[in-house]
Amino acid sequence: MRHIISLLLENEAGALSRVAGLFSARGYNIETLTVAPTEDVSLSRLTIVTKGGDDVIEQITKQLNKLIDVVKVVDLSEAAHIERELMLIKVRATGKDRDEMKRMADIFRGRIIDVTDSTYVIELTGTCSKLDSFIQAIDRGLILETVRTGVSGIGRGDRILKL
Amino acid sequence: MTMMNGAEIVIRCLQEEKVDHVFGYPGGAVLNIYDELFKQDKVKHVLTRHEQGAVHAADGFARASGRVGVAIVTSGPGATNAVTGIATAHMDSIPLVVISGQVATSNIGQDAFQECDTVGITRHCVKHNFLIKNVRDIATTLKKAFYIARTGRPGPVVVDIPKDVTADRHSFEYPAELQLRSYTPVTKGHSGQIRKAVNLLMKAKRPVICAGGGVVLSNASGKLADLACRLNFPVTNTLMGLGSFPGTDPRFLGMLGMHGTLEANMASQHCDVLLTIGARFDDRVIGNIESFAGAQRKIIHVDIDPSSISKRVRVDVPVVGNVADVLEEMNRLIDAESEKPDIGEWWKTIEEWRGRRSLKYKTGKEIMPQFVIEKLWELTRGEAIIASDVGQHQMWAAQYYKFDAPRRWLNSGGLGTMGVGLPYAVGASFAGLGKPIVCITGDGSIQMCIQELATAKQHALPIKIVLLNNHFLGMVRQWQELFYESRYSQTHMDFQPDFVRLAEAYGHVGIRVEHPQDVEPALRKAFEEHKNDLVLLDIHTCPGANVFPMVAAGKGLSDLILSDSL
Repeated sequence: MRHIISLLLENEAGALSRVAGLFSARGYNIETLTVAPTEDVSLSRLTIVTKGGDDVIEQITKQLNKLIDVVKVVDLSEAAHIERELMLIKVRATGKDRDEMKRMADIFRGRIIDVTDSTYVIELTGTCSKLDSFIQAIDRGLILETVRTGVSGIGRGDRILKL
Repeated sequence: MTMMNGAEIVIRCLQEEKVDHVFGYPGGAVLNIYDELFKQDKVKHVLTRHEQGAVHAADGFARASGRVGVAIVTSGPGATNAVTGIATAHMDSIPLVVISGQVATSNIGQDAFQECDTVGITRHCVKHNFLIKNVRDIATTLKKAFYIARTGRPGPVVVDIPKDVTADRHSFEYPAELQLRSYTPVTKGHSGQIRKAVNLLMKAKRPVICAGGGVVLSNASGKLADLACRLNFPVTNTLMGLGSFPGTDPRFLGMLGMHGTLEANMASQHCDVLLTIGARFDDRVIGNIESFAGAQRKIIHVDIDPSSISKRVRVDVPVVGNVADVLEEMNRLIDAESEKPDIGEWWKTIEEWRGRRSLKYKTGKEIMPQFVIEKLWELTRGEAIIASDVGQHQMWAAQYYKFDAPRRWLNSGGLGTMGVGLPYAVGASFAGLGKPIVCITGDGSIQMCIQELATAKQHALPIKIVLLNNHFLGMVRQWQELFYESRYSQTHMDFQPDFVRLAEAYGHVGIRVEHPQDVEPALRKAFEEHKNDLVLLDIHTCPGANVFPMVAAGKGLSDLILSDSL
């Protein structure tokens, strides 16, 4: 099962590597990881997408809680939540592909944010699988470069991860 | 306020923490700290002969005294040498504060002389670590370090301090209170869970209590004894739990696990309720995990660390809390029960297992190592602090020395670090326990930290070293014999130093023992005539002796290989 684990950690040197190190040391898998400070600069919010059975996810949550720098841990995928990821993708846009690429970007509600006579950079936001679908949908040979932020997530409604 | 340099602040912090002994080894990056140590006499420094020895000694001190052990090492190789000691303490949840010097902040990351990323290197084997970058943070950080090391599930904390930070000046104020929003260890267990656990215990027909190192760490052996005696339940110990329940009590089944007794292993496998307290279902304790988990019984697991619960074995009633608090609550609930469970039938079954005397061994012309431990126990009346190394001798000590009180059994259970024995004995010598301190070791292990014989001499420590010398790395040899068709690859120690003369070279007493009838007189000589000397007893034991019972790797707890003398 795919899980999105969200945590608040002290915004201190080395805190991120404690989290990343825990995953590698105990053989847990990281699909994506994203981290940045919150509105409270002393805290960072980190989102990890991982895969594992219930036992593994339970251990991951407990082990994360055990890290001294980790303030709070929540498994977002346990209840209603929103996930978003941002992708910047540079594609070849020449000849008939130029129009086609513009159309695909529109269909996926992407925005073209850089244009040259032979390339576009498309900005696309959505769930992981939406971004995957876009990559599937366009001609692979036209992709010059992709960069993805990894998943960020937030609980719906009253589910709030705060101190 | 008086200004002082960072090094003096460090020492003042140690004084505030009532640290009377630190174990360490000086070097460039800790020169300032050593200079301040020199100027005062409250914190006494024990100079070991290797940084590994310093951390092991601090660890041994912590295990024996129940206080936080403190070690000081320099940067680079000082810190890397300390890593084995830190990892050893971490695996056994021993509270340590290790202060390491670091190159000056301006040199960090420049591949400076004796620079290494100590915080990075130790990250995986500490409870927590810190790099102090400003002199104003020293006092708070050290306060945090001691607090984190000793509370919750204890463990080692490394504090890395660059040299310029120890030279910078600041006022000193030791914080009285700490607020750590990200670290709030639980103490009291959930009362509903404790009630459930007690209900299960009261209905048990075939109960077993398995007590681990957590009972020792939380100083809860009195409460454990209360519980076991109230209910007349059988008790077994993990290797780390030895001493948490009196080894001579008839309710004690001996150790369980890979080299556990028949009665302990059979009872743990065939019970209907297993109460595991302060233990973590280690692979050496439970054997084959499917076989262990497949047994039809309910498991109650009391542990302070939530991540220990259901990590390896799913349990039925988890109780997260400090072992001492939980046991106290359990005892209160049990007191209120009018009827105690009748487990007479279960005791009969256990006595049948016990009747097979799984620790019996053959005797002959050669000295049997088990016999040496039995004699040692008799002679010390079970009162000695036993610092053990790792290997066959460790298992024999665990099996044949009956520990009646906690903190008398110091050994590396989790990491299995050869070489801890002598430095543990050194560390324990400073715990002020007023009991004889014995290091039980083998000819392999003793050579891994042999240099600490010098530390022992410098501080006139009357440690008794019982060296079970079989000219082999015995435990590996045993596995080679049993599972590798006796191909003794690199386990025979062809050349050995003359241990007697080696001891003498360090200014100690050495005694060679080669015949069974000489064992007792030699021990007497060591403990009586040479009471105040360090004595190394080089005891030449039967090289083919194996540790039995044994559960082979991958086998279930009840699938025991017994000694052929049975």
